[in-house]
Amino acid sequence: MSAADTTTPAKVPPPRQAPPTPPVAKGPRRGGTSGGAATPWLLLAPCLLVLALVMAYPLYRLVTLSFQSFGQSQLWGFKPAEWVGFDNFSKVLGDSEFWTVVLRTIVFAAGCVILTMVLGMLVALLLQRVSGWVKTMINIVLVASWGMPVIVATTVFKWLFDSDYGVLNALMSKLPGVDMVGHNWFASGPQGLAVIMLLVVWGAVPFVVITLSAGLTQVPKELEEAARLDGAGALGVFRYVTLPILKPIIVMLTTLSVIWDMGVFPQVFVMRGGHPEAEFQILNTYSYDRAFVVNDYAQGSAIALLTVLLLLGVVAVYMRQMLKIGEVE
Amino acid sequence: MTSTSVAPTGGRARRGKSKLGWNLLGLLVFLVAGFPLYWMLNTAFKPAKDAIDPDPSLFPTGFTLDNFRRALDIADFWGPVGRSLIVSLAVVVIGMVVGVLAALAISRFAFRGRKVVIVGILAVQMIPLVAMIIPIFLLLNDLEQYDKLTGLIITYLTFILPFTVWTLRGFIVNIPRELEEAAMVDGCSRTGAFVRVVFPLLAPGMVATSVYGFIQAWNEYIYALMLLSQKNQTATVWLGNFTTKHGTEYAPMMAGATMMAVPIVVLFLLVQRKMAAGLTAGAVKG
Repeated sequence: MSAADTTTPAKVPPPRQAPPTPPVAKGPRRGGTSGGAATPWLLLAPCLLVLALVMAYPLYRLVTLSFQSFGQSQLWGFKPAEWVGFDNFSKVLGDSEFWTVVLRTIVFAAGCVILTMVLGMLVALLLQRVSGWVKTMINIVLVASWGMPVIVATTVFKWLFDSDYGVLNALMSKLPGVDMVGHNWFASGPQGLAVIMLLVVWGAVPFVVITLSAGLTQVPKELEEAARLDGAGALGVFRYVTLPILKPIIVMLTTLSVIWDMGVFPQVFVMRGGHPEAEFQILNTYSYDRAFVVNDYAQGSAIALLTVLLLLGVVAVYMRQMLKIGEVE
Repeated sequence: MTSTSVAPTGGRARRGKSKLGWNLLGLLVFLVAGFPLYWMLNTAFKPAKDAIDPDPSLFPTGFTLDNFRRALDIADFWGPVGRSLIVSLAVVVIGMVVGVLAALAISRFAFRGRKVVIVGILAVQMIPLVAMIIPIFLLLNDLEQYDKLTGLIITYLTFILPFTVWTLRGFIVNIPRELEEAAMVDGCSRTGAFVRVVFPLLAPGMVATSVYGFIQAWNEYIYALMLLSQKNQTATVWLGNFTTKHGTEYAPMMAGATMMAVPIVVLFLLVQRKMAAGLTAGAVKG
């Protein structure tokens, strides 16, 4: 909220007293027959009502749950939920496994975000340099893979990396000195998560490429020209001309990627057949596991809440950026 | 295509040569990015015995629809598809009706608390869906909506509604206010101006947003898995039927994946253009 205030000091002139006609920056404007201060709230009412039911209440429940003891017997109503204060949090935070999971989640998400952004930027730059027909081909593949349902993509990757009949093992074994026949990619956590990371990046790069490509067309040719005349190399032009102009888009894409990649769940869940091993647990699956496998809904909620808190900083940056864009109306 | 707009300095021959290098690199990107898609289709249409070859041929070895037949056989396909359709359509329709009103409110009215509403709608989009599973599961349990399509529809509104409002807001903001004002000067009421001026211009945006929302609802997996029992499963969950404790039937699974993906990807390709197109271009000149 405070971020929003600081970015928009100039607009919305004097909203002190509710005026009979909505004031607009430019020109006279009549409220019309249906004007009045209540109209926008009436229009908003259904939306706010639905959001209150499906968002606000569950969110409130999430918070309260994490301060209660809530297991199987509370679910069936045999016992009332009991207020336990910070017990859940101290249990979770005191568990060394939790910290391993946090670290793994951060490394995983960071890897996804960095790979997505770097590859996305490289492909976007490449698209500017290739011929029209190559560009069209790449664009079609990008949009198609972007549109692929996550579940389908996960299933396909599972098949590509299958230990016995997966095409990747077969292809890699064709390289001299490499024997990957029957190699199980999911035998170890880091390797399996690397495959999942690849899957996430494959699905995420198209959006980044397409958005950055649109941004790149906004970079004035004269500026690049001028930089080149002043002796800047390709890298210099990119560093001192392209990058600063694209910065708002990059910030937005990065924050969005962080939010999405911290929210990865079905990829891990489906890849591991619905039961991710301890080595594959990331915060989301861990919270799910605690709630629905161990049947400790309270601890699961506490973990989910901690995940949201972990994301809060990133979300603030994103919202600031969105509101900035939103103000240019 | 745009060889004239690229740097006019530098020899033409050198540029032609460097373009070849870039094109080759581009083709490599095309191959790598497209390979999973290709392999899905390739596996789906090849005979099942060729699919379980430890040294698979990279090119199509034969053409058969057997895998599709098997995929339809393994578990009821049309039931889950029908349920997915009902849920996705209902979510989109509710989201659109409620969303248009809200989007109008935050984009066309200056009122106290507007910014709070905007921030709120942005903020709820940022909460990971998975974090909400537990309370939503308990909520539906309390409302006796567990294992009911209506429960899933309500649940999907958590992510479709904020998305719809925010996207529509973007479309409405691009429709010049002057158009409505002109209509009102000509004697339209405010509502009349919305209906006659804003809605026709907003229609393409509404269609694009609807299709996009439909795709999101269709693709959702976790809630569908958690909130519905096996007998009520939706299309995404259906895809899990190919893995049993005896192993995975990959060729039929790829056929199933193809059936799931192709309509969605086609829809996506269609909207992609519309979402990008300037909506009111030409409505007001200058």
